[in-house]
Amino acid sequence: MPGSPWCEEIAVQLTVNGESLEVDADLAMPLLWVLRDELGLTGTKFGCGIAQCGACTVHVDGRPVRSCVTPVGTVSGEVMTIEGIGSAEALHAVQEAWIEQQVAQCGYCQSGQIMTAVSLLGDNPQPSDDDIDRAMSGNLCRCGTYPRIRAAVKAAAVRLSEV
Amino acid sequence: MGRLGTITRRGFLVVSAAVAGGAVFGYLKYRQSPDNPLLQNLGDDAAALTPYVRVDSSGITVIVPRAEMGQGVRTTLAALVAEELDVSMDAIRVEHGPASNAYYNSAILAEGVPFAPTDNGLVATQARHFMDVPAKFLGLQLTGGSSSVPDAWEKHRHAGAAARAVLIEAAARVWSVPASSLSTQDGAVVATNGQRLDYTTLAAACADIDVPDVPELKARDEWRLLGKSLPREDMLPKCTGTAQFSIDVQLDNMLYATVRTNPGLGGYMKGFDAAKASGMAGVEHIVPVRGGIAVVARNTWYALQAAKTITFDWYPAPYPDSTEEMFAQVEASFTSDAQDSRMRDDGDVSKALASASAVIEAEYRVPHLAHAAMEPLNATALYHAQGDEAGRIEVWVGTQFPTQVVKEVALIAGVDESNVTVNTTLMGGGFGRRAEMDYVKQAAETAVAIPGMPIKLTWSREEDTTHDAYRPLAIARLRGSVKDSTIDAMDLQLASPSVMESQMGRLGMNVPGPDATIVQGAWEQPYVIDHYRVTGYRAPASLPVSSWRSVGASQNGFFHESAIDELAFATGVDPLEFRLQLINHEPSRTVLEAVRDASGWGEPLPDGHARGVAFVLSFGVPCAQVIEVRADAAGITLVHAWAAVDVGIALDPRNIEAQVIGGLNFGLAAAMYGEITVADGRVEQTNFHDYPSLRFNQAPPVHVSILEHGEHIRGIGEPGTPPAAPALGNAIFAATGQRIRELPFRKQVTFV
Ligand code: FES
Ligand code: FES
Repeated sequence: MPGSPWCEEIAVQLTVNGESLEVDADLAMPLLWVLRDELGLTGTKFGCGIAQCGACTVHVDGRPVRSCVTPVGTVSGEVMTIEGIGSAEALHAVQEAWIEQQVAQCGYCQSGQIMTAVSLLGDNPQPSDDDIDRAMSGNLCRCGTYPRIRAAVKAAAVRLSEV
Repeated sequence: MGRLGTITRRGFLVVSAAVAGGAVFGYLKYRQSPDNPLLQNLGDDAAALTPYVRVDSSGITVIVPRAEMGQGVRTTLAALVAEELDVSMDAIRVEHGPASNAYYNSAILAEGVPFAPTDNGLVATQARHFMDVPAKFLGLQLTGGSSSVPDAWEKHRHAGAAARAVLIEAAARVWSVPASSLSTQDGAVVATNGQRLDYTTLAAACADIDVPDVPELKARDEWRLLGKSLPREDMLPKCTGTAQFSIDVQLDNMLYATVRTNPGLGGYMKGFDAAKASGMAGVEHIVPVRGGIAVVARNTWYALQAAKTITFDWYPAPYPDSTEEMFAQVEASFTSDAQDSRMRDDGDVSKALASASAVIEAEYRVPHLAHAAMEPLNATALYHAQGDEAGRIEVWVGTQFPTQVVKEVALIAGVDESNVTVNTTLMGGGFGRRAEMDYVKQAAETAVAIPGMPIKLTWSREEDTTHDAYRPLAIARLRGSVKDSTIDAMDLQLASPSVMESQMGRLGMNVPGPDATIVQGAWEQPYVIDHYRVTGYRAPASLPVSSWRSVGASQNGFFHESAIDELAFATGVDPLEFRLQLINHEPSRTVLEAVRDASGWGEPLPDGHARGVAFVLSFGVPCAQVIEVRADAAGITLVHAWAAVDVGIALDPRNIEAQVIGGLNFGLAAAMYGEITVADGRVEQTNFHDYPSLRFNQAPPVHVSILEHGEHIRGIGEPGTPPAAPALGNAIFAATGQRIRELPFRKQVTFV
């Protein structure tokens, strides 16, 4: 309803997974819902909507952000989602490690876990257990896959160091 | 022959006629059979060899008609079929398949019989067997109770073996050779001369083949897939963001909705004011649903934003206003009038306690808990009012109970059940919550109000946390005495509202008799105690309650194993040794020995470290856990955990390990933090900030031992949960001397 005091839908320019896009959205709309409902990129998940669970984690210019609380109007950098990290044909080393360790149970949190881990290993290729704790503790997993996440982060660090 | 007889009566080995260029004998008959739902809409080149196997020119599909909510059921159940069908896991597609009574769960009611799982006597065995009758009658296609593997263990292997036999016979006809001369290998029938015919090319040739005698199932030493750790078939999509949960459903012209319903759960709406909401951007419709309002918009966020602005006038909740009053109701239920069951009554407890030199008394309590699955509840529905499909309604939903979804949706749409199609998707956690119907009913109500438009209805996390059907609150009272370094008498009284009454009540069913879940995880423990009594008391219904991973064992494991620990302490005997002396069931003793040995129980520990042990038999699985904590100025740190389980036959060890770790962590999260409270008739917690869960940095490394001494094959989704709380409580006691009898522990200690 253009013109309504509650919303100003305007054309927003975004770069998502390397592609430049234009999408009509209220500038206040969280990036999460632009990705999921406007662009159909459903790999990024809705868990809490208040930056408590990490299910919605994406990268903006390589930094992990909680897309559920990031108004699309504030996004100026390049957005990367789980779909952009790797695919079945070309897996990212972190995804390979996740598969090797058979991490996922329900899998709902895992896009966010992987995005956080990719960012951690980008900054810190040889993280200690404390580093891993600090990076990963914002991502909840109700299925309790934490021990395998830790193993997969370590396995991914090894894979990346061998590339 | 006995086995075949059973199968034929159950009627699930129907072989369809594949139709190539005309009707083939038997086709109509099978098409009408309700027993094989795959026969509907079957293509000309396809054969649905059983309700679990469909073969066509594009490949082999195995139906796994159970909810995949993280437990790996799609992989393990498909492997049961693939093993006997002689195909590799890479060569099959796995589908959930349609909602159908043919997929009823015959194992799920067995847990409710009043015989301990360790009782293999004739009467107990027969009672379990008879539960197949109501299960089949009710046609419950239901996932829960750690029953998927026991239910599928024979069904799925028989389905694979039968399909393989039909394919061999088809090849025998093609080649005009005796079937007995043929074998199979990796998805093909193989002749003695080395010629091969792929299964996918044989579908049409299966047309009029009657089901031959079911061949012998493979012996265990012939297994290629079972007993091995298989890569999960859903792992790649779940690691690439391509797995389709119901929240990811995308349909043409889809609208997005959310709901707000009475925070007084089950209460009606008096009125509402949505003037502001209906004027908001992106909002398309405001639709009343049972107990509240659905807002339908062009995007989920618009719906969520608009829903927040609606003001409501609610009728009060049909239960007491506060947690304090609810606990008071439970406290008042320890009466003979409210007695629900006494399934354990050995020796003479009253006399033994009357003559004891000292009676140890304790009271324990646990709060309501939310399920808090990571994927907020949601469902998508599309109702057709006009056109070719008029009167049809289709839903896409993560559900543990598809046959019930058909019933409920048909009622809402006012159509015959045959007009309802249910697409069961992957689930971002279930834990019992997705056996409920509220969210899918709301999607159906909204879709019926807006015909022709697919509506995806998603709950906010706030709606999800405040509108659960919760794990009930409960109180336990212990009176016990010790003599000669062991327990002389143990009287455990357990009171809580009834899960069965609440859950089945919402399905419009009334379950007569006691509710075994009130005492589950306590009455059937394999301890031999001279004077031993477990009594269940039914508190009045209040907040809606339901199955929460491990159901009654989730609270009773804590009660029973804290009580055993207190009695052990009173004797001065080592608590693990104490349990070993009391347990007479060999697989149960063995899991305790396994955690003892794996953890190096009894060896000296660093300063400030201490360990607790607990043992709970639930869903037929004995599970022992040891947890090591460190207590220092910062608080309690979980250092390490060990678990041992006995599943009878371990079909997929790595997946079983995952379930035990996950179950333990689920139990820890609840024990440390989980608490739902009610004030003014509303649930007070709303999201993960005030209903916190275990976090990555707090989760200890877990060592899992998987044993196979048990008499029966068992499921493992739940048994890892119950021992976690008491093992942690017993560890905190060992470290600090503080015996915490009320959950969550965080009310009395700080966790690092
Ligand atoms: S959905 Fe964004 S942090 Fe939970
Ligand atoms: S795998 Fe289910 S929430 Fe993490």
